Amino acid sequence: MDMQFRDEDLAFQAEVRQFIAENLPADLREKVRRGLHLDKEDFVFWQKKLNERGWFAPHWPVQLGGVEWSPTQHYLFQNEQVEGYCPPVIPFGVRMVAPVIFTFGSDEQKQRFLPDILDSTAWWCQGYSEPGSGSDLASLQTKAVRDGDDYIVNGTKTWTTLAQFADWIFCLVRTSGEGKPQEGISFLLIDMKSPGIEVTPIITIDGSHEVNSVFFTDVRVPAENLIGVENEGWTYAKFLLLFERSNSLTGGLKQQLHRLRTIADQECTNGAPLSSDPAFAAQLADYEVQLRTYEFLELRTLGNSNPGAEASYLKIIGTDLQQLASELTLRAVGYYGNPYIRDALVHGYNQPSVGPDYAAPAAPQYFNYRKTAIYAGSNEIQRNILSKAVLGM
Amino acid sequence: MDFSLSEEQQLLKDSVQRFVRDEYELESRRKLVASDIGYSEDNWAKMAELGWLALPLPEEYGGIGGGAVETMVLMEEFGRGLVVEPYMSSIVIGGGFLMAGGSKEQKTELLPKLAAGEMKLAFAYAERQSRFDLNDVECKAEKNGDGYSLSGHKGVVFHAATADKIIVSARTSGGSRDADGITLFLIDNNSAGLSRRDYPTVDGLRASELEMDGVAGTPLGEVGGGAALMEEVVGQAIAAICAEAVGCMDVLQETTNEYLKTRVQFGVPLSKFQVLQHRMVDMFMECEQARSMCYMVNLKIGDEDATERAKAVSAAKVQIGNSGRYVGQQSVQLHGGMGMTDELHVGHYFKRLTMIDTMFGNKDHHLKRYADL
Repeated sequence: MDMQFRDEDLAFQAEVRQFIAENLPADLREKVRRGLHLDKEDFVFWQKKLNERGWFAPHWPVQLGGVEWSPTQHYLFQNEQVEGYCPPVIPFGVRMVAPVIFTFGSDEQKQRFLPDILDSTAWWCQGYSEPGSGSDLASLQTKAVRDGDDYIVNGTKTWTTLAQFADWIFCLVRTSGEGKPQEGISFLLIDMKSPGIEVTPIITIDGSHEVNSVFFTDVRVPAENLIGVENEGWTYAKFLLLFERSNSLTGGLKQQLHRLRTIADQECTNGAPLSSDPAFAAQLADYEVQLRTYEFLELRTLGNSNPGAEASYLKIIGTDLQQLASELTLRAVGYYGNPYIRDALVHGYNQPSVGPDYAAPAAPQYFNYRKTAIYAGSNEIQRNILSKAVLGM
Repeated sequence: MDFSLSEEQQLLKDSVQRFVRDEYELESRRKLVASDIGYSEDNWAKMAELGWLALPLPEEYGGIGGGAVETMVLMEEFGRGLVVEPYMSSIVIGGGFLMAGGSKEQKTELLPKLAAGEMKLAFAYAERQSRFDLNDVECKAEKNGDGYSLSGHKGVVFHAATADKIIVSARTSGGSRDADGITLFLIDNNSAGLSRRDYPTVDGLRASELEMDGVAGTPLGEVGGGAALMEEVVGQAIAAICAEAVGCMDVLQETTNEYLKTRVQFGVPLSKFQVLQHRMVDMFMECEQARSMCYMVNLKIGDEDATERAKAVSAAKVQIGNSGRYVGQQSVQLHGGMGMTDELHVGHYFKRLTMIDTMFGNKDHHLKRYADL
């Protein structure tokens, strides 16, 4: 047992840092650092940069554009991105649907879809949840009925993240009402430009437009867009959920802590920095200890062959910490958590901020981060998985 | 000991409930929040007509002479409706300062107008460096002939834009965190030397930043004695905002309970899952504890003993902070994605509860204050 990164890992880390330093424009970095809204172009710009270097899809098989990295290198790579204030990679294409396509898709599907994902010309979104099917995903009702060479799709998907930018959506659809609910589900790739699709925004409590409802009315989808075997979609969906839950959060948590510390150093209480207030300092230290625990929990799981259970507890603990950091940040800014000027969260806002400029995103982020314990399988569902799969209860 | 409402208090409660039901559908509130001034002058006139603006003000100045319990009854229902009119700023705090510190002339001139809805007040106290310490005051007031001239910055002044006069804490002597030497002043909102930057807040209210450069002010209360006055009136404001929070929490608890009984997943209502039953029970217990502390502080706010009073205030604010956090967060969580939407009222209550914790000092601040008392 040892806990040292090897020399080659450290060299790799330095290489990633250098790449970021040379390729991430200062204003984009600043947008990310300040927690401002990012545009589609911001995400795509950085994804293309990564792809030019061959680093956009490192977990793909090498022959398709992946890289042969060790689990430690993947981990370092992800965390360097976050700590370097790079725009996050939008996971729906490269991290989610792509592994399904290269694992279960036909050769035609691989040739047709993977290159566009790799060079970020196609933006994907995820059609899983429905108004009546949240935690109980398998009860989903969006129907796909075979009609000649097509499926005809009717139903509603919801909480569809960034669907407003999407060219394609991967959907779980019901193709059979026979047997258990899981047994009649298929995995279908649908062009968002198809007639009969309507996207409407859902505004969340922080005032942002991240998620959407997607309505399907008699949408014709070529049967060649079916992944794998009809009614076997649940298998692919579960495979994909593992990827959804297995993102490293350590880098992001460190970044939140860093931001919080910077704020606590600048905020004042009783004539001294808030960070030197014993009660607040104790809360900061407590958070840092929890973060260190999480980091080593994550490191211990690197390279494990069965990521299922670990993905569940990392998701619970990691999202708890994301929420806690956002809460401490809001508490740190005191009264300046109150002002809400929507435009101040957009890059290029040219008026002076109300109060310190770090205060504006604090409340919206705290509100927004309530989602983390709900999405990708609520933390209650993750606990069900753990009690069943790990503890055998 | 009797925690039941008198007949008159019950009538008041019924009447505010009716108002909230008729005027405060989520959609109506949304329109008010998006409007120019952020609330309704018609509602304000209606509140004057119904005697609510006069409620806590003394009878000899056109008021009704109600006490903390009457204000509590009203504020709880306002909390249930997420009412955005400036009752707290203008009546509870503004009226409170006039009653506690105003001269005979000031009372005679201003209280009847306040009661009739013809004048509004706001209270400017926070500064960039002050955090939650009311006595951390750097704004300066200098003697200028018969009056005073105020200079400095005040932040996050609720409902300043629509107030006729603003009550401002400023230093007439002493160092920047001394309790002695703070004086409260009344300034006119259209004064020369006053500039304002108005903005909405995350919970649907309005606030402003004030820059004062030689603004003419009239002392309210004893010169140099502002600290004691602020402690008294902000204590009353905290007692009132605790009631607002209790109203918010009750709505969330009831709504979430109802949602769990109707939302079906895995073939059964969510309310059949033990983990959610227990969570719901914890929310319910938080509401009951919050209500208990709300009663406690409103019954103790008139206590002769200043330390007893201060302890009651800080203890209640801590409990309200804890309960509001738990009930707010869990209401969103148990509503799942729906709890995250602007469309549902759950998120609006959650946001208000979150900001109530910050108002007049958050849980951390009052825990420390309690320990120091």
